[in-house]
Amino acid sequence: MKHDRWLPYYLIAPSLLFMGAFFLYPFIQIFAEAFTSSDGNVGLANFTRIYQDFNFWPSLKNTLLLTGVVVPLQLVLAIGMALMVTRMNKGRDSILYIWTIPLGISDLAAGIIWLAILEQFGFLNSFLSAVSVIDAPASWLNYQNAFALFLAVVVAEIWRGTAIVLVILVSGMGLIPKEYDEAGQVFGASYWQRLWKITLPMLRPSIQSALILRTLLALEVFAVVMMLGGSDMPVLMSETFDWQFLYQQTGAAAAYAVLIMLISVVITGFYIKFLNVPKEAR
Amino acid sequence: MRKMPTALALLALLGTTSALADITFFSTQARPLEEAQQMREIALAPYAEAINYMPQETGTFLSRLEAEKTSPDGALDLLGGLHGELGSLTPSILTPLNDLQGSLADTGISKQYMTLGKLGGDQQRYIPWMQATYIMAANRKALPYLPEGADLNALSYDELLAWGRNMQEATGSPKLGFPAGRKGLIHRFLEGYLYPSFTHSVVREFRSDDAVAMWQKFREIWAVTNPRSTAYGFMQEPLLNGEVWVAFDHTARLKDAFNKQPDQYVAFPAPAGPSGRGYMPVVAGLAVPANATNPDASRRLIRYLMTPEAQIRTLRATNFFPVVEAELPDDLPASIRMSGKAVAAQSSADDAVLSLLPSGLGQQSGLFNKIYRDAFVQIVLRDADIEETLDILAPRLQTLINTSGAGCWLPDPPSDGPCPVK
Repeated sequence: MKHDRWLPYYLIAPSLLFMGAFFLYPFIQIFAEAFTSSDGNVGLANFTRIYQDFNFWPSLKNTLLLTGVVVPLQLVLAIGMALMVTRMNKGRDSILYIWTIPLGISDLAAGIIWLAILEQFGFLNSFLSAVSVIDAPASWLNYQNAFALFLAVVVAEIWRGTAIVLVILVSGMGLIPKEYDEAGQVFGASYWQRLWKITLPMLRPSIQSALILRTLLALEVFAVVMMLGGSDMPVLMSETFDWQFLYQQTGAAAAYAVLIMLISVVITGFYIKFLNVPKEAR
Repeated sequence: MRKMPTALALLALLGTTSALADITFFSTQARPLEEAQQMREIALAPYAEAINYMPQETGTFLSRLEAEKTSPDGALDLLGGLHGELGSLTPSILTPLNDLQGSLADTGISKQYMTLGKLGGDQQRYIPWMQATYIMAANRKALPYLPEGADLNALSYDELLAWGRNMQEATGSPKLGFPAGRKGLIHRFLEGYLYPSFTHSVVREFRSDDAVAMWQKFREIWAVTNPRSTAYGFMQEPLLNGEVWVAFDHTARLKDAFNKQPDQYVAFPAPAGPSGRGYMPVVAGLAVPANATNPDASRRLIRYLMTPEAQIRTLRATNFFPVVEAELPDDLPASIRMSGKAVAAQSSADDAVLSLLPSGLGQQSGLFNKIYRDAFVQIVLRDADIEETLDILAPRLQTLINTSGAGCWLPDPPSDGPCPVK
């Protein structure tokens, strides 16, 4: 009996140790470094330093704007795709498989793919000039065209990151008992009424976890932006990388990491509060 | 069952490679796959002992050395890196190599380079290994648009601007190019070429009137520069695909263009400004980590790499020129012959202004480059006020120089204590 009582703890011990060594410890270390300046004083010197940097506001603005545009678009797209998939009888698995291919591609590779499409001598320009829409391949992916850069990153991010939301929503829809929808039909509710009053509210737990996961990933966007925008479109993660590896100022890099974490915590808290799932519905 | 022998063979192979790889050569140079392979096959193969050549990105290279410095048994035997990279390490990581000075004295290494290897101290922390510099390259299609009376080998920044304008008018698109992308070396252009050419300085005159005039001129030049420049890393790529006709870059980053189409390109010295023709040689060095397990083997390898024969082999592999006196054979690739001439013309020009790589900055060298890149981004790309930007950056430049305690380096005249920003 005694053995049985401790068994769960034995089983989770390895993962706890792993998390402690490779997550908790670096986490505490980053915190300590963020609040220690290069001359050893404890304080906000690192935060002042990144705040005064020319790239601070552009990178914060780009990251938040990107998250604000990409995540809602992905949610709407993924809900639509999930609704379509769940109504399919034949070929459902094949379609799901195809839609989730981008999940298996690293974000760096995704960036390279989209760069190959969008650059001056890329597939898009070659196609457009082949069908005589444009005279010569134009270079529009440059710093003078901030909107085009932003749009390119949005398109690449939607292509790359919608699948993860889709997978969560599809499994969530599978959990909704059919009886509710059938009851709605019996009482004469239209498709839209059933979607708004039955499916989406029942899907709330899945939407919540998908939003949290996707937003956290969006705040950490890096490789796709680096490939398409380079230094023309600084984001928080690229600034973290640069402060650590280019300028070799670990304290400032740690300050950026702490900032990203703070934003993540605030947004996650917001989702938990406003997409609150009542206990009995869990 | 059939998989067993293959697996065993693989295991045996792994076993032998790690047992044979006696000397681990960790380097930030010859990093692209092809170059690393040439380094192994051309430069290192003739050496009697087996060498495991491991190229690594600068950031990881430095982090690993800093992380392993307290370990008693280092896994690395020899380090290869640029002056600035080795200089940004904690000096005690590199074992003093003073004992090699004597045997290398008559090889023809420049005294200035040997002094650089002391990283501002008394001990020889690295041995100068190979050198390169930055030059200009042009597609022959661009030559008809040279402004009248301009001599390609003695160009001025005004003529470069006029040339860029002519090309833009004739082709409808800007044909000048600079490596201003994330992996590009535009900061070296600013520190070693533009600033010395206009102010005969890089630190002291950072915000002088001459510097303001320089930034104004560079804004004009940028107006006829391909805006994709902020994405360029190695200029050989936009040169080869025709996006750019005239470009500035490191010789090793122009190499492919010269080798693939030697008849299509010309190499020539960087332009001159009111203060002369600023140019910056790049020196890479060899160092031995203080915790290397077999420092004698490391020193033997350094002696081999410093022989004229090995230096020529390294030149073939990396396009970096020898630092010792060595007869250049006739069968060298086009890129070496072409850039070799331009390098010689640049350093022997009457108005040449020698600028050294920033030295003595240690951990601050990344931040130093950031100051110049920030100035470029703010003034040229974001159109910020020149004087205001320089006034914001000057105190930051002074702070980081004070932190490192670096004295002035060429072309700035020597200073007592940290180099002052006027």
